Amino acid sequence: MDLTWYLSLSAVLFSIGVLGVLLRRNAIIVFLSIELMLNAVNLSLVGFAQDFGDVHGHILVFFVMSVAAAEAAVGLAIVIAMFRNTLTLNIDEINLFRG
Amino acid sequence: MEVGRLWWFLSLGTFAPVRESALLPSRLSALTRASPMLETFLFFVFAVLTVVGALGMLISRSPVAAALWMVQVMLAIACLYLTLNAAFIGVVQVLVYAGAIMVLFLFVIMLLNLEEMPSLGDFDWRRVVAGILGVAVLAQLLALVAVQLVGLPGAPTTEEAVAQTDVSNIGVVLLTEHAFTLQIVGVLLLAATIGAVVLAKKRFA
Repeated sequence: MDLTWYLSLSAVLFSIGVLGVLLRRNAIIVFLSIELMLNAVNLSLVGFAQDFGDVHGHILVFFVMSVAAAEAAVGLAIVIAMFRNTLTLNIDEINLFRG
Repeated sequence: MEVGRLWWFLSLGTFAPVRESALLPSRLSALTRASPMLETFLFFVFAVLTVVGALGMLISRSPVAAALWMVQVMLAIACLYLTLNAAFIGVVQVLVYAGAIMVLFLFVIMLLNLEEMPSLGDFDWRRVVAGILGVAVLAQLLALVAVQLVGLPGAPTTEEAVAQTDVSNIGVVLLTEHAFTLQIVGVLLLAATIGAVVLAKKRFA
């Protein structure tokens, strides 16, 4: 199987993630789209690792997953704190930093 | 939960000291190596599942439905890792993403008791700009894939790649060459845990 197919699939998934961040106004959906983009990048990394026969791509994917887990924990805590404060998850209505 | 458990049983062989050819991830890899037709077929099945799940996440109105679509995406990507001879990464994908992160998302969604979201249908000039930007990103990435791959070095034989990327070799590289990074990731996870607790308890009055 050609590497090009895996990279194209990765590009399509990344673009769907970008569209999710730009189009949706719900903070949780935006988070899910960011996770989707991380997964797309992981897929292309594993594709390259397989194509070059290099184990370092797998190591990088492992670290990306760890950072994604940390990011999800902190991000969802922020979502909870935000919802407690404003009772909405619409990111157009949240202007905590606007002063 | 059931799917996660089933997957755990199927993938346990990756870590258990059983003869390797008897295990599902390795068997799938061996199968796809033996038959390129089958590899192509499996790739397109899982690619369609992934893209359908991602689009479902994009257009779903309920956050719970979006999270469940994402679980499908994660599982299909784990299967794609198996077709790429990356059994360890596939198992970690199921454990961390489909298991831990998505459960955390569902937990938070159900904790927040959200009302129905507005539908995506209303016309808005910002939506148009966002759509154009998204398509532009896709076009750029695909153009890069089409142009850039001409000069890549030749791929090694698949047996070589499999020997390089099996679990024991990943463990050796992770714990020798990248041992310091691994420690830093541990500190990062600890900081994230403490930060999550502090943030979730905080009241922004």
